[in-house]
Amino acid sequence: MLEKVLTGKKHYWMLIGGLLALMIPGIFFYVKQIQEGLAVTGMSRDVSWGLYISQFTFLVGVAASAVVVVIPYYLHNIKQFGRLVILGEFLAVSAVFMCLLFIFADMGQPFRILNVLLYPSPNSLMFWDTVALLGYLVLNLVIAWTALSAEYKGVPVPGWITPLIYLSIPWAISIHTVTAFLYAGLPGRPLWLTSIMGARFIASAFASGPSLLILLCLIVRKYTSFDPGIPQLKAVARIVIYALIINLFFIILEFFTAYYSGIPSHRHSLEYLYFGLTGNGSLVWFMRISLVLGVAGLAGLLFQSKRENTTLLTVSLIAVFFSVWLDKGLGLVVGGFIPTPFESITEYSPAITEIAVSLSIFAVGFLILTMLYKIVITIRVSNEG
Amino acid sequence: MQINRRDFLKKAGIAGVSLIAGGMLYKVFKGDDIISVTDQSNVNTRWAMLIDMKKCAGKPDCSDCISACNKGHNVPAIADIRREIKWIWKADFESVFPENTNEYTDASVRSQNVIVACNHCENPPCVRVCPVGATWKRADGIVMMDHHRCIGCRYCMAACPYGSRSFNWKDPRRILSRNDINAEYPVRTKGVVEKCNFCAERIDTGKQPLCVEACTERAILFGNIADSGSEIRRALKGKHVLRRKAELGTNPEIYYLI
Repeated sequence: MLEKVLTGKKHYWMLIGGLLALMIPGIFFYVKQIQEGLAVTGMSRDVSWGLYISQFTFLVGVAASAVVVVIPYYLHNIKQFGRLVILGEFLAVSAVFMCLLFIFADMGQPFRILNVLLYPSPNSLMFWDTVALLGYLVLNLVIAWTALSAEYKGVPVPGWITPLIYLSIPWAISIHTVTAFLYAGLPGRPLWLTSIMGARFIASAFASGPSLLILLCLIVRKYTSFDPGIPQLKAVARIVIYALIINLFFIILEFFTAYYSGIPSHRHSLEYLYFGLTGNGSLVWFMRISLVLGVAGLAGLLFQSKRENTTLLTVSLIAVFFSVWLDKGLGLVVGGFIPTPFESITEYSPAITEIAVSLSIFAVGFLILTMLYKIVITIRVSNEG
Repeated sequence: MQINRRDFLKKAGIAGVSLIAGGMLYKVFKGDDIISVTDQSNVNTRWAMLIDMKKCAGKPDCSDCISACNKGHNVPAIADIRREIKWIWKADFESVFPENTNEYTDASVRSQNVIVACNHCENPPCVRVCPVGATWKRADGIVMMDHHRCIGCRYCMAACPYGSRSFNWKDPRRILSRNDINAEYPVRTKGVVEKCNFCAERIDTGKQPLCVEACTERAILFGNIADSGSEIRRALKGKHVLRRKAELGTNPEIYYLI
């Protein structure tokens, strides 16, 4: 099946070429980062995690959201999701792969990364996160590849894969819960010290991940002869609506607890993020735009459900995706460090290195995704044709 | 039985993964970690520090303890505060003890310098979160760093509620001048986290920490707080002392006499 990635039309090669080109600057900047150390990033003693760990956190959510199509198809036997399941699982594969690359990019001593396996530390959530992510990567790759092989050969899916599929469902929830636990268990960071973090992560993941999946499917529908089906995509969009409402509700809950209790440490980070604190607030507009996009995306999704044309659906999903991205892929991680343990404020903005390396990692992820989707589409088109 | 390349690769892959996973499980369950390896010192020892802020405030421009530590531990002087390495340093009272400041607190008290360092918590969050056991607590309470094992993930920096940990954003060897390097103590590499170690290397040979020794005002008292007859225990008797963010349950071992 792998040979399918080697043949394609002009568009396919242009996309591959574009993604490869996007990788180049990042490689250059990463080499510099290895040579000079993380001083070439915008991170500091006070804001010691930045864009890399934020992207990692956001992408774990995208990966986990594959269950949004897996559960209806495998647990509830809703056949219409069959056209989306493998696409969802391959999106998870590429997202986890990007997660691992983002962690690697963030390490001060990346060549020692195997110490995580050499000195396993079950008291560290980072250890469990590594186990969960690697396990999830293998699960999705094995499940999707096996199902696709069966489809290719025109035989039924082998029975041994069923327990793995069932395992992959709680596993998906666990990867994002464990990622939330990375933050929610730290005593000195009030923004993160909230028991709702795990639930909020999953809600925002189920809003952003499926949004991306639908958008990808719309692209597939437009540029290839494989049609995942508009009713199917609209069904997924309904799940996005629910998840998005829950996510917005959770944000209100966070504000309520912090502001009504009046505890300064719990209020400060939110104040910094949404209103600015003592004149500092480089993220204020991003966070506000995130809220606006979230509410607008929700309204758009509610209105589009009766429409034939997909323009409003597309625009709404883009809004939802970026709303969650700004919140989780930017504000959440950085905001946790502000104010500092000394109640001072050190602002953060990503350096060119971080932006270039991040783009490069996204390019790698989308390259993997493109190739995996290419295989699926080629097989489906030839089977259906 | 015939085995083709595809099957061989599959089986070899499965065998490899199970070997690694098996080894990890074995280590996890056996508990063969660095804590048990180093658990050899006397359990009746808990090193602690009592800082007398009055004595310290008497000489506001003094930084003897800080220079002694920096010199002894090859801590580089970095001008950019965003990239600083700090083992022991001064911060104003208001930012060290925000919960003990109110609107009527004298400006002189608010801005008074307080010496801060790693608190060597009894319940250290940094140790809890480290994914590789590169930071651990000795039986005598000192929270240590293994700069050779640290992968530079900085999870400990996020976990520390005191901002006591510093990261080597660049190679410290490029900043330290060759003549100033203390050959007795290792120089770190870029990409690892470091912090105050209560001068473990000196305590183990019966000496006092460098900062304690350097202070001409004798404002820092160091000793075994588990020993009821120790000087630090006698000094604490009947005194009201502060500890940073004690409500977090970390049980810091630096006490402040106001």
